[in-house]
Amino acid sequence: MRKLFTSQWTKVVVFLLCLMPLASLGWRALHNDLSANPIEFITHATGDWTLRFLLITLAITPLRKILRLPDLIRFRRMLGLFAFFYACLHFTTYIWLDKFFDLAEIWKDVAKRRYITVGFTAFVLLIPLAITSTTGWIRRLGGRRWQQLHRLIYISAICGVIHYYWLVKSAVLRPLTYAAILAVLLLWRIAIKYWPHPRPAAVDLPPKPQRAQA
Amino acid sequence: MLIRKAPDLTYADVTPKSLYLDRRRFLRGMGIAGVAALAGTRLWDLASPRRSAFAATKFDGLLKSPFSTTEKQNTYDDVTHYNNFYEFGVDKSDPSKNAQKFQTSPWTVSVEGEVKKPRKFTLDEIIKLAPLEERIYRHRCVEAWSIVVPWIGFSFSALIKAVEPTPKAQYVAFESYYDPKQMPWGKYAGIDFPYAEGLRLDEAMNPLALLCVGMYGESLPNQDGAPVRIVLPWKYGFKSAKSLVKIRFTEKQPPTTWNRMASNEYGFYANVNPKVDHPRWSQAKERRLGEFFKRETLMFNGYGDQVASVYNGMDLRKNY
Repeated sequence: MRKLFTSQWTKVVVFLLCLMPLASLGWRALHNDLSANPIEFITHATGDWTLRFLLITLAITPLRKILRLPDLIRFRRMLGLFAFFYACLHFTTYIWLDKFFDLAEIWKDVAKRRYITVGFTAFVLLIPLAITSTTGWIRRLGGRRWQQLHRLIYISAICGVIHYYWLVKSAVLRPLTYAAILAVLLLWRIAIKYWPHPRPAAVDLPPKPQRAQA
Repeated sequence: MLIRKAPDLTYADVTPKSLYLDRRRFLRGMGIAGVAALAGTRLWDLASPRRSAFAATKFDGLLKSPFSTTEKQNTYDDVTHYNNFYEFGVDKSDPSKNAQKFQTSPWTVSVEGEVKKPRKFTLDEIIKLAPLEERIYRHRCVEAWSIVVPWIGFSFSALIKAVEPTPKAQYVAFESYYDPKQMPWGKYAGIDFPYAEGLRLDEAMNPLALLCVGMYGESLPNQDGAPVRIVLPWKYGFKSAKSLVKIRFTEKQPPTTWNRMASNEYGFYANVNPKVDHPRWSQAKERRLGEFFKRETLMFNGYGDQVASVYNGMDLRKNY
């Protein structure tokens, strides 16, 4: 089991798996299967996958501890960057295919439509995290400060779920499912921090930079 | 050269509708068949004709209508695979899958309330109320997309005249069919069922208001509101209630589903109005399905000549 998580090949496989949602969109586009409203379909698919990757990224730490699989940390950066990747696709779909780069219109939307305001916030918060995801930046900032900065993902994920909740007309079941999963992942962190714990909680630093990794 | 008719082709040679409708699924199935993991389930899908419940009747001798637009119609495929029919699921693609087994025969519509001649109509009786017309209407959803559909039906006023409203009748309430057994997806829709809509009587009398039994030359597919629905082209789509079972004439304004759910977002009138935004999104533009660029939304969805006078003196910002 341990070997599975330390093998370089596993990382390659996970990387390819993370590209599957994009591949699926490409496949559907080729086969004229993006519904009668392709732009909406792409917007929803990329938005959904942004949220899913944010939640998967946030699940890494709890899973490491609960399953005692510290090696899972090797995938966290990649998963987080995939969340950012799908967020970029989602945002690009919006400004390009939905608004056709009409900056005035976009700015009006961001200022006036609360679901867009909060979605835009979620996206902007991910940018510094993506930039400082490199080993060089971890070293420059120092582990603790880097970790503090990257707690922004909590706010980004909360904003992302609210964004979804605020845009649906009445079908709140799916956004609430995301909200419930996110709540569990965040509450677990609070519980670990404040509940009496037999062992000192392990500090959750990224692995010591040995050599640059993708 | 001898040009011969083809007497050897009979109706038996016509590709069955279910197969024709399944062609995309079939082609997709072919491509995916190579993928071993999926092949089994896909082939099973192909083997079981899910669309057998499609009992489409063709309507002949339809009258043309002066209300028809000459704009390009959307494809049958678009109009049958992109639906809001929350009883059958909240995704646009859900109703086309989940409504296939919906039982629409026998069907009766109960017309009651403030009328001199309350009665139940069978579907056949409804169809015989007035000559059927084809009306090609623009249809604008509150979600800012639109389609052009060749509906079949006649002015709803024909039914109103048949039941003779009393002087007390000021409004008409529509109720859609709801059966949690046939529509288990309704539980997750977040709105109350049965779906309820309504009109002021003078709106309902407007000749544009269409009592609709078909589209594209044949009876309504289940996901589009079979077997009988109302179509109000100058209002947002949610006003055009599907699968009607009850039409009630009332003295007071009837409660309507979306209005009850969020009255600040969905008004009773819900006339298409590019100047009055939905609180959460703009209504100035719309995406016509099949088009890449958005187009400007027209006041009353372009039907101002027919309906604007109905709202004379009303503040349409307040009465959204």
